[in-house]
Amino acid sequence: MSNAYASHGEGDFSASVKSYLVGFVLSVVLTGIPFWSVMTHQFDHMTTLWVVVITALVQIVVHLKYFLHLDFSKEGRINTFSFLFTALIIVMVVGLSVWIIYAANELMM
Amino acid sequence: MSFLGKLTLESIPYHEPIIMVTLAAVAIIGVIIAALITKHQKWGVLWHDWLTSVDHKKLGIMYIVLAMVMLVRGFSDAIMMRTQQALATNGAAGYLPPEHYDQIFTAHGVIMIIFMAMPFMIGLMNLVVPLQIGARDVAFPFLNNLSFWLTTSGAVLINISLGLGEFAKTGWVAYPPLSELAYSPGVGVDYYIWALQISGIGTTLTGVNFIATVLKMRAPGMKLMQMPIFTWACTWANVLIVASFPILTAVLGMLTLDRYLDFHFFTNDGGGNAMMYINLFWAWGHPEVYILVLPAFGIFSEVFSTFTSKRLFGYTSMVWATGAISVLGFIVWLHHFFTMGSSANVNAFFGVMTMVIAVPTGVKLFNWLFTIYRGRLRFTVPVLWSLGFMVTFTIGGMTGVLLALPGADYVLHNSLFLIAHFHNTIIGGAVFGYMAGFAYWFPKAMGFTLNERLGKASFWCWQIGFYVAFMPLYVLGFMGMTRRINHTDNPAWNFWLYFAVVGAFIILVGIILQFVQLYVSFRDREQNLDTTGDPWNGHTLEWSTSSPPQFYNFAQLDPVTDIDAFTDMKEKGTAYQRRETYQPIHMPKNTASGIAMAACITAMGFAAIWHIWWLAIVGFAGTFVLFLLRAYDNDVDYYVQPDEVARIENAHLDNVARGR
Repeated sequence: MSNAYASHGEGDFSASVKSYLVGFVLSVVLTGIPFWSVMTHQFDHMTTLWVVVITALVQIVVHLKYFLHLDFSKEGRINTFSFLFTALIIVMVVGLSVWIIYAANELMM
Repeated sequence: MSFLGKLTLESIPYHEPIIMVTLAAVAIIGVIIAALITKHQKWGVLWHDWLTSVDHKKLGIMYIVLAMVMLVRGFSDAIMMRTQQALATNGAAGYLPPEHYDQIFTAHGVIMIIFMAMPFMIGLMNLVVPLQIGARDVAFPFLNNLSFWLTTSGAVLINISLGLGEFAKTGWVAYPPLSELAYSPGVGVDYYIWALQISGIGTTLTGVNFIATVLKMRAPGMKLMQMPIFTWACTWANVLIVASFPILTAVLGMLTLDRYLDFHFFTNDGGGNAMMYINLFWAWGHPEVYILVLPAFGIFSEVFSTFTSKRLFGYTSMVWATGAISVLGFIVWLHHFFTMGSSANVNAFFGVMTMVIAVPTGVKLFNWLFTIYRGRLRFTVPVLWSLGFMVTFTIGGMTGVLLALPGADYVLHNSLFLIAHFHNTIIGGAVFGYMAGFAYWFPKAMGFTLNERLGKASFWCWQIGFYVAFMPLYVLGFMGMTRRINHTDNPAWNFWLYFAVVGAFIILVGIILQFVQLYVSFRDREQNLDTTGDPWNGHTLEWSTSSPPQFYNFAQLDPVTDIDAFTDMKEKGTAYQRRETYQPIHMPKNTASGIAMAACITAMGFAAIWHIWWLAIVGFAGTFVLFLLRAYDNDVDYYVQPDEVARIENAHLDNVARGR
């Protein structure tokens, strides 16, 4: 267990807190922007939608980096790759399933 | 609701003579085995050294024993179907009434895939992977034991269905709406659901366990791209298990909700969509066939490399081809239901993807051919299986590419052509691979080699029997005969149905010869002892241990610097080193938790099938309590002391010195 802690644990405790704080601040900002744009009707409808989608996607990356600590370092690489692989499979299986069922549904109308 | 739910005396099919005779035979065999164990006073050994063992080697052997028992059951179903179809021609009824025949073809499919092929593959993986990467055991030894017992739990449930109630009559895919309560009100589909669900969870846990093992427990210095090729193949298979089995769990869960709690996921009414079941089932089902066949590909690679005394040709391309198959294996599933009638674009996409997946498979075949090229191939039993595979699997692959054309598939869907195709790939690919692996690693597991003559005879029966049994099905498919037919009335088909049944009996001889081979090899084991631990001049680390291996596998390993780590050690002269001192070895203790938890889960599954709700609650609560007890148990490990390690290691090295 001591090895597992050594990689990112007590030794660089302050660095870890810093990473969580940075992640938190970025998440608040990235939630605040779409919230503000929806509430104040700053932009037209399409632009608002794009703002929401893009900030949401950026926030996913922020969570992965600062909270789940996924990176391409030598120790972290395997976690990142398994995450990317899982994401790929889910996108493919869900995406293709939606396509299959909608296409079938259309022909049944 | 009565105390025993739906269970009554009427649930026992005592009016069916075939089932009653079978049950009587099973009971007699059971009594004989129990009597033999009692006579030789082996109950203690069985319990302490095997059933409660967390040793991956013993679990591997138990998985393979389970697979062989289920092979006998699944094959009995197969030969009954073939004889029924041969007898029930020209409008005759045959000897199996439709409701019994339908259970047989369903049971045959479920058993052969889930309870024969999967345990055989996982058994070989258990036996070999930790040894190949120089690990002491898997990452989570207790979990490994639990996985085995969960698989066995599923097998127990499916066997209970033989004598209590019925099994599903839906075909092994259990498509709704047929598998819904409205059309299958009996307990058959419930047996199907719970047997698959419980064993499927065991398989998922195995996948997690082995991924952790290869990532965290490799020998010092062994990079990922230096893992033996069988380990790589198994690793990709485990990735597929972890990614695809949850889909099966979810889809079975939804069918359970439909049947038990009146949900409408897949029903005809209430907004259900049966197509979604078919879609999700195959989103698991197609990766599943690669889970079965990829480890077999790994076995052929090891066999060709060892018995040509050469390094495997194209190791890196082999690893990446396997990876490509694993990813592509996830985007071809619709080819199982082209005829569902999705759009032309959907069918075209999946047709093309299916053809593309033949490319990395082709890469593998050429790698094996180039490994054999200019090698000195020794024609041992594993090599015969491997060569038989190369020819048979190529034919099966080509008929698969033919079926990948949506237009052709509309003609051949659900015909015997399809049946011939997938038996061509699963028997010719996966089963031949496991047989090769069985003969190849048997001396490692048991300490003596198998009888070659009987092994070769068995191979030829399987090989010839396969062609005689399944080539006629291609013809029948072209003639328009569909699958799962109870009786026929078409004189043009008769000849081919008679032809096919002969093949089934030739395979039967092959299976009998395999059991004779086991008996003869065991009887003559003193003459065939493998004292060196390296009977084939192997390339990888499992051959550096004794046969059977020391229970802790490796006392100490030098850093690995080569793919063929053991060949490298032998060439450098560092193999079989005597060491002055050894470190204490940290080992897990055996535990009865796994078998106890699985017993409770079996009771829960059985109770759920028969709606005996109090027993279902007791079973579930029991599982949970046992799990908590295990989680808070701190007495789970011990140390093997250096003097004992030294004694075992020196005994092995003395044997090696004498043997060479």
